[in-house]
Amino acid sequence: MSKQEFVQGNEACARGALYAGCRFFAGYPITPSSEIMEYLAREMPKVGGVCVQLEDEIASISAVIGAAWGGVKAMTATSGPGFSLMQENIGYAAITETPCVIVDCQRWGPSTGQPTKAAQGDVMQARWGTHGDHPVIVLTASWVREVFEMTVHAFNLAEQYRVPVILLLDEVLAHLRENVTLPAAGELEIVERTEDTEEKMLNFGEGARLMVTGMAHDETGFPAQGEKAAQHLKRIVGKIEERAERLMRYQGFYLDDADYLIISYGITSRAVEAAVERLRAGGIPIGWLDLKILWPFPEKLIREISSQMKYILVPELNLGQLVREVERAAAGQAPIAHLGRVDGSLITPEEICKHVHVGALSGQTRGSAPTS
Amino acid sequence: MAKDYRQYLRVAKLPHVWCPGCGHGIITHAIAGAMADLQLDPDELAVLGGIGCSGRASFLFETDAMHTTHGRAVAFATGLKLARPDLRVLLVMGDGDALGIGGNHFIHACRRNIDLTAVIYNNAIYGQTGGQLAPTTPTEKRSTTSPYGNIEHPFDTVRLAVAAGATYVARTTSFDFPEIVRFVRRGIAHKGFSVIEVLTQCPTYYGRLNDLRDPSQMLYEFKLQTIPLEEYNQMSPEERAGKIPIGEFLCEERTEFVESYYSLCQLSRSV
Repeated sequence: MSKQEFVQGNEACARGALYAGCRFFAGYPITPSSEIMEYLAREMPKVGGVCVQLEDEIASISAVIGAAWGGVKAMTATSGPGFSLMQENIGYAAITETPCVIVDCQRWGPSTGQPTKAAQGDVMQARWGTHGDHPVIVLTASWVREVFEMTVHAFNLAEQYRVPVILLLDEVLAHLRENVTLPAAGELEIVERTEDTEEKMLNFGEGARLMVTGMAHDETGFPAQGEKAAQHLKRIVGKIEERAERLMRYQGFYLDDADYLIISYGITSRAVEAAVERLRAGGIPIGWLDLKILWPFPEKLIREISSQMKYILVPELNLGQLVREVERAAAGQAPIAHLGRVDGSLITPEEICKHVHVGALSGQTRGSAPTS
Repeated sequence: MAKDYRQYLRVAKLPHVWCPGCGHGIITHAIAGAMADLQLDPDELAVLGGIGCSGRASFLFETDAMHTTHGRAVAFATGLKLARPDLRVLLVMGDGDALGIGGNHFIHACRRNIDLTAVIYNNAIYGQTGGQLAPTTPTEKRSTTSPYGNIEHPFDTVRLAVAAGATYVARTTSFDFPEIVRFVRRGIAHKGFSVIEVLTQCPTYYGRLNDLRDPSQMLYEFKLQTIPLEEYNQMSPEERAGKIPIGEFLCEERTEFVESYYSLCQLSRSV
């Protein structure tokens, strides 16, 4: 029976993982993600699952991949510095098509940066952090209940498509406590690793005598070169890119009559929600696209919608990351402005309203937009 | 050694990729021999390797096998063993793999005493990348990145593993095939983290750069250099100079990590 309770973002992530059937967690302490491991260290043994603190983040992602091949749903959680350390093996998970979930509670960077300040600076790293072309799915969330839901969704996608799924949270959402009613047992769909998943997988210990390698390989798992290597790479990248539209997950508000548009994601969407209500109350025809999946980027959606817009604002806690994808997708159909904040505080509804007033109504866009 | 060792090898993948005269094939053969002696079910085995010449051994076992990233095989195996305690997990690692880039994972696996069997193919050089300095290259020996001789001190794998907490630790060389089989067999049978270091020859790089081009001469050098542990312990410091002790250095019982974890699961339900 679900009940209203006061839950922290990181706790919602840990509980979402258990709900999704995660039975292996390996991690290394780092602010602001540590509460995820602390919660699972308490609760995972009770369900017979594994939660271990390892010697570093490289070991953590390695153990997650090892456990995933043992047939278990597996996850790790970290923040910027640890996420950087994990990149090589995220590539290993991609090329070996290992289902796993990596939570990155983003903090101000680069380097040690500001461990207790929120940021959205890992958007491009989440997509391109490991070397070489590769498939990856990147999700995000804005509310504590949504952290729970997106963690479950991350496991479902990982199992369905045999791909590493990254969940981008941030310091504020990770530590925020909200009054929520979390999903009851059976309320959310759970994808299990069975013969029914779209990308089928065999596990270790089932007599298949599998060969798993990070080298370019053929369908038998043994190293391959030339055209076979090209086929391998195109297939693993293609399996996600070709499903981009089906994977698309967003919420649109006031899009029917909008002349102006805000595209946002993650923690920043909370300020956008307030700003949009104020702007609408002031008679401004603003619309809002709240993205829940960042990669594969919903390119077609944004290309179509931007043709109807006179102005698009992309607020984010970085110096310009997702805005470039929006510009690429919009392909010059609408002027695009960026509101980036990197002083460690969140973007406020007032800032967003000011940008829309100045930018949309006076025609100033990126490059000439006012700085806050 | 049991004759049916071939059932543990992917014989269709032979011949292997190692250079003529390399000792890695001897070690791989011996590991398969140990599996055969213990009559292990191939479907209950998993072999994990890292990157380097040694990592290529992971492709040769007719079991579930994983060729992981450089230095991380121990960490991958830690996850696999925790998730699947019923599997016997073996590690085939090189000296650079286990003690250089993967040194941190190695010492922590020793400390946890997790039930894995690690065979370290130690050729004292980075072979696959072309003969660079390893953390095990003896002082004064040459590599392509120590052309005037190594000024560093090499790791003593055995002392490192013992100090870090491994509970089965042995060393031998590619000269003594039956001893490799025996130590790997004992290591697999031992519950806890087992380390078997096998000194092996790399005529292509280590030998060529250090005036030891002939593989048989390199093997003979191992015979001359190594002294059984019991004998070594009786020798004076002067007599020990330039000699390497071989044998079983440690075999002790201590709480094993995976078993402790699952006991903790039981405990957590009653708290």
